[in-house]
Amino acid sequence: MNSISRRKFLKISGFTIGAAAAVSTLSPMIKGANKFNKEKVKGIQKIPTYCDLCFWKCGAVAYLKDGELWKIEGNPEDPLSKGRLCPRGSGGIGAHSDPDRLRSPLIRTRNRGEEIWKEVTWDEALDYIAEKMNKIKTEYGPEAVAFFAHGIGGTFLKHTLNAYGTQNFAAPSFAQCRGPRDVGFELTFGEAIGSPERTDIENSKCLVLLGSHLGENMHNSQVQEFANAVQKDAAIIVVDPRFSVAASKAKYYLAIKPGTDIALLLAWMNVIVSEKLYDVDYINKFGFGFEQFAAEISQYTPEWAYPETGIDPELIRTTARVMSQYKPATLIHPGRHTTWYGDDSQRSRAVALLNALMGSWGRKGGFFFPTKFAVPGYPYPAYPEPIKPKVDNPDKKYPFASEEITTGIRDATITGKPYPIKSWFVYATNLIHALPNEDETIKAIQNLDLMVVVDVIPSEIAGWADVVLPESVYLERYDELHSSPFKEQFLGIRQPVIDAPGDQKPNWWIAKKLAEKLGLGNYYPWNNIEEYLDFRLKKIGLSLDELKKKGIVHGNKAPIYFEDGIAPEFGTPSGKIEFYSPQLAAAGFDPVPKYKRPDQPPAGYFRLLFGRAPVHTFSRTQSNRILMDMMEENEVWVNADIANRYGLKNAQHIRLKNQDGVVSNKIKVKITERIRTDCVYMVHGFGHNSKMLKSAFGKGASDAQLVTKYVTDPLMGGTGMNVNFVTFEMEA
Amino acid sequence: MARYGMVIDTKKCVGCMDCVVACKTENNVPEGHNRDWIVTVVNGKFPSVNLEIQSQRCNHCDNTPCVACCPTGASHIHEVGNVVLVEHNMCIGCKACLAACPYDARFINPEGYADKCTFCIHRVEKGELPACVSVCPTHCMYFGDLDDPNSEVSKLISSRKNHQLIPEAGTSPRIFYLT
Ligand code: SF4
Ligand code: SF4
Ligand code: SF4
Repeated sequence: MNSISRRKFLKISGFTIGAAAAVSTLSPMIKGANKFNKEKVKGIQKIPTYCDLCFWKCGAVAYLKDGELWKIEGNPEDPLSKGRLCPRGSGGIGAHSDPDRLRSPLIRTRNRGEEIWKEVTWDEALDYIAEKMNKIKTEYGPEAVAFFAHGIGGTFLKHTLNAYGTQNFAAPSFAQCRGPRDVGFELTFGEAIGSPERTDIENSKCLVLLGSHLGENMHNSQVQEFANAVQKDAAIIVVDPRFSVAASKAKYYLAIKPGTDIALLLAWMNVIVSEKLYDVDYINKFGFGFEQFAAEISQYTPEWAYPETGIDPELIRTTARVMSQYKPATLIHPGRHTTWYGDDSQRSRAVALLNALMGSWGRKGGFFFPTKFAVPGYPYPAYPEPIKPKVDNPDKKYPFASEEITTGIRDATITGKPYPIKSWFVYATNLIHALPNEDETIKAIQNLDLMVVVDVIPSEIAGWADVVLPESVYLERYDELHSSPFKEQFLGIRQPVIDAPGDQKPNWWIAKKLAEKLGLGNYYPWNNIEEYLDFRLKKIGLSLDELKKKGIVHGNKAPIYFEDGIAPEFGTPSGKIEFYSPQLAAAGFDPVPKYKRPDQPPAGYFRLLFGRAPVHTFSRTQSNRILMDMMEENEVWVNADIANRYGLKNAQHIRLKNQDGVVSNKIKVKITERIRTDCVYMVHGFGHNSKMLKSAFGKGASDAQLVTKYVTDPLMGGTGMNVNFVTFEMEA
Repeated sequence: MARYGMVIDTKKCVGCMDCVVACKTENNVPEGHNRDWIVTVVNGKFPSVNLEIQSQRCNHCDNTPCVACCPTGASHIHEVGNVVLVEHNMCIGCKACLAACPYDARFINPEGYADKCTFCIHRVEKGELPACVSVCPTHCMYFGDLDDPNSEVSKLISSRKNHQLIPEAGTSPRIFYLT
């Protein structure tokens, strides 16, 4: 994090927190839920809900003071937050009072992307959409509609689109984020990592982080457990080209050359296998193909890895021995955003195998078996039988993709193959920043007959829509019940705390109204979401009233480790942990991961790396005035020696130009000793160019814009994005 | 009488700024200002780097140049916990205290008075912890009575290596950073 003094903050006039008036034209459906607010109840009210500043969904308690939103704290009953939110969650009231929010439905009046709109009523907007959808269904079939979504709020829209007859849904969280990780673990242990991660960090005695920058990457439970591990003096090993905050807490910091992690992982496994430091019993019982694996791994000595990784062979040996010393409570963290180089699911398999050697899967301090609060679904009519297969992965081009591929839908939209896609619905995901190569996204959009964006802020993707539907923020709406797979069972509720400030509507209302306009009202047998939630809760002996009061209820105790009763079963073809993978071999891939040196930057260019800051989520929080006060622009991190060579000054504004000649917005230089000389780094999510996003417009630069190149993972279709190189453009 | 102080464990702090955000909402700190802030001190040459992240705010010093220079008596020592406070109604916004504070801890609130960290005395008097302490996801901040040898803060100061900020200013600051 940059050092920040309050003096540096610019004064932005005309807005104070808490002054956002709660004037609203509420629909009859949600009136009543917010009565307290309208009457401005005197004194303090506490209303439990769950957070939506990221997808972690921490239990929270919102405070109203004299009917105005005051602050949000963690709900102590919540196992995810344990009563403490992360900085984004604590700044959640800024999402409600953000003056740049979308306020009313919009229909485009000029060319796509010009951002010229007319404000329309909800009826007009939804009639327009329904008419186009009916036409698309007649001409191309319902499968020609695709849906991109992120987060729990997409549930009801998905239901409506399922009822309409399409199954073409995808989220960037797979092919642009955690997909390779989950596939690597599925191939090895037969199960994915999932979200929240099944990592038992707080009980780990040795924690290895490869590129994971916990503390900057602020997944609440992970960071809290990480701080616990630091306090308990766990042996922390951090591998990162950048000296991250996590690196500063580590016993061993390995300043790896970017893109060479597989070489390091192979060398570690070489040491562990050749010195017989692995968990012999565990592997005898649960391992498959260990002999073949061991034979193959024998060539990858630390000396072999040294020229690739730049890491001293002795340091490789020492750290391998440290890991073994604490097994099975040694956790090699699988990471989350893992779409780096295009061989990512094989790297993830190497991580999985190293964990297998430690015997950490299913063990305390390693990977637990999550348990989940079960609530029966609502009895809806069956969806229409799909006629065409899903569009994103034709002929199983990516044989191990376990979820849908966003970029596969994008390809189909561009080429019309295997069949045309004529409409995109985009919910709460800014595809311009989330997908690599913006030009391809825009090219695909130009082929659409209907492009709808549902969001709370006018993101870049909203600028490309035909119809923009403004959603109320989480503090103003109900949502689907929340029960995440975790260490214990719990059930949480999101409920409205305050009125929406304009004509925004909750996603469930939008989805239900659209279904009605499409003649699919029978898929919404309930009148309002309270009825829906209460119906489901009554099935398990709870009620909406009760859950609204408590915010969170706890479920049954369940075992989460092998040692307390989880059956050691593996969902792989062999039913064991696959050190050697016959299914990979059969599909023509390496059955044991291999290392291939990635392309290197040409002279004068640096590899572009990007990551997270604790005060922002993706590209969706930069206009939140509270979080903007914490960090209003990103910086490009440049090693001090490099800065010296190029005559860069600290805090000077420059532009970055990538290998394809794409030039970024202006970005501030941060000269630092905290990064290697062959790469630069920036925080993702800045550099907005949506005109409607006034306060964030033009602040910092977008890494996504510079990611014109990507390498697709042949196993599962993930897009490796750390393959772009940039140089400095000195103009201010 | 108590003498309140804070201990912050820089080994655990990740610089997430949750303490800054929580202060902002708890105390309705106006946009563009903050009562606490994060400073990251970097030493060494890559890859042998050392980082210390400090959550900073008013140090509620024992020797208070800000109180000494105040012409109206608005800046004062509160009877509870010796916390340094500003009486808004008496403050004329002359900025003398802003200049006197070696920590740059004060700012002029848009309403015209000198503003700064209050150690959340409104919470502490109700038996709660300051907002920043209670929100910190890494549990790296401690608050309590420095005069009580059995308090958590006193014990941490006597058992762990620590330092204060700019001790040479002679203000005897009451925030201690564990290293
Ligand atoms: S991790 Fe932070 S932003 Fe995400 S849900 Fe939890 S408190 Fe909210
Ligand atoms: S909230 Fe805690 S961990 Fe985060 S910056 Fe503040 S003191 Fe450090
Ligand atoms: S003690 Fe209270 S006023 Fe002072 S920095 Fe912490 S939250 Fe802000």
